[in-house]
Amino acid sequence: AIMFTQVYGDNGKMKEYHYTGPVEHRFSPYSFNGGTVLAVAGEDFAIVASDTRLSEGYSIHSRDSPKCYKLTNTTVIGCSGFHGDCLTLTKIIDARLKMYKHSNNKSMTSGAIAAMLSTILYGRRFFPYYVYNIIGGLDEEGKGAVYSFDPVGSYQRDTYKAGGSASAMLQPLLDNQIGFKNMEGVQHLPLNQEKAVQLVKDVFISAAERDVYTGDALRICIVTKEGIKEETVPLRKD
Amino acid sequence: MALANVLQSESVDFSNYGRKCRGFSSSLYETELGLESVGGDNLSFAVRTACSDGDGPERKIQFLHGTTTLAFKFQHGVIVAVDSRATAGAYIASQTVKKVIEINPYLLGTMAGGAADCSFWERLLARQCRVYELRNKERISVAAASKLLANMVYQYKGMGLSMGTMVCGWDKTGPGLYYVDSEGNRVCGDLFAVGSGSMYAYGIVDSGLKQKDLTVEEACDLGCRAIYQATYRDAYSGGQVNLYHVHSEGWNRVSQSDVLMLHQQYQNLTDQ
Repeated sequence: AIMFTQVYGDNGKMKEYHYTGPVEHRFSPYSFNGGTVLAVAGEDFAIVASDTRLSEGYSIHSRDSPKCYKLTNTTVIGCSGFHGDCLTLTKIIDARLKMYKHSNNKSMTSGAIAAMLSTILYGRRFFPYYVYNIIGGLDEEGKGAVYSFDPVGSYQRDTYKAGGSASAMLQPLLDNQIGFKNMEGVQHLPLNQEKAVQLVKDVFISAAERDVYTGDALRICIVTKEGIKEETVPLRKD
Repeated sequence: MALANVLQSESVDFSNYGRKCRGFSSSLYETELGLESVGGDNLSFAVRTACSDGDGPERKIQFLHGTTTLAFKFQHGVIVAVDSRATAGAYIASQTVKKVIEINPYLLGTMAGGAADCSFWERLLARQCRVYELRNKERISVAAASKLLANMVYQYKGMGLSMGTMVCGWDKTGPGLYYVDSEGNRVCGDLFAVGSGSMYAYGIVDSGLKQKDLTVEEACDLGCRAIYQATYRDAYSGGQVNLYHVHSEGWNRVSQSDVLMLHQQYQNLTDQ
């Protein structure tokens, strides 16, 4: 029975036999664990949100593995991509934060953390951390700040950014709703906290509909000068 | 090597995967990482092949590439014009990237190729230029700055860095413009355009520069138009046009114009 299924292809006809020669199997140090991260900066707040699904291939390893990590009282980082590298990277960032605090007697600001992360990532230019990072927090003036990175350390400050597996689906929606792109004759209203949180929830619900790697639950971290508040919202589990 | 020296304690060399794990040290770095062919279980440098296996959900790590940047000398200094799009494969990662790096108040560097490579090495160049100033009590020349950059990246030749940059400034010999890239090229010139949209930009600037003695405003318009035309035809360029002018007192940012606005502006001009 096994032989027949291999001999006959999907359309019922016999598959052609190709001798492929010796195949070299390589060990890959990376794997893709999915997940989507999103950050939005407001006038006096910042939101970092991520889904909590951890997948690999066709399986789900966990439904409760959030991708937001608290760094300081004013900064949260979202990391998606290869979970192993996410864990190591956040450990290294925590260690560097402690070292800075001991040397300089103060916490690192969001901008400083972003600059430091860029050099940490570039240090592994030839064996990169397979992580898409987004930092959300408050800058020195108390305004919301979002910094987005590529796997080797290129970064810039944004108002909003989506990263991870569903980023290509979320980013255009954010461009339209927060950046007012491709709209004419619309009043550019600044985003308040309640509207921003609702937008983030709506946007993740849409992402969970169409991206297999996004779903299960949504973890939202809201950063204000009072501190960091966390909220969990259920998403589709299929 | 420069990278190893700067990041001494923070990075561990995992590329010798199949052999003993070693810490990071300059001498080891030079012998191991250079030209040795990697086989068996060892990780090759082309990280892309390691994860571009056919197995379904594996994805290639994608860095940010694609651009149009240009710079040209004219009688009142140097004009530098760049676009602001960053792409990761076919996805537009950002439309608001700063591709002109302000090394110091009289030196500018442009960014084309790998975004992280350009920003990291030019930031390192800024540090080296500052050290030069402190040691020699005078500003560094454009030729020397570009040579520092070229020598830094030459040590990594063949390892996959992707950087095509123009170092523009004004020193005691007048306006300076050098093209430096990760292949090891370093050339002095009066006009350069770098990136996927460079050919389109060259067309515009070459025809515009035929008229002798441009004023500052005419030169700025020419630079702006060239980038706009490149964004029109090159899929990997777009966003905004950032324009800088370098003169004897240093550089200043002339304008930042959205390509959509420029399109309407030029359209109105042709319609008249």
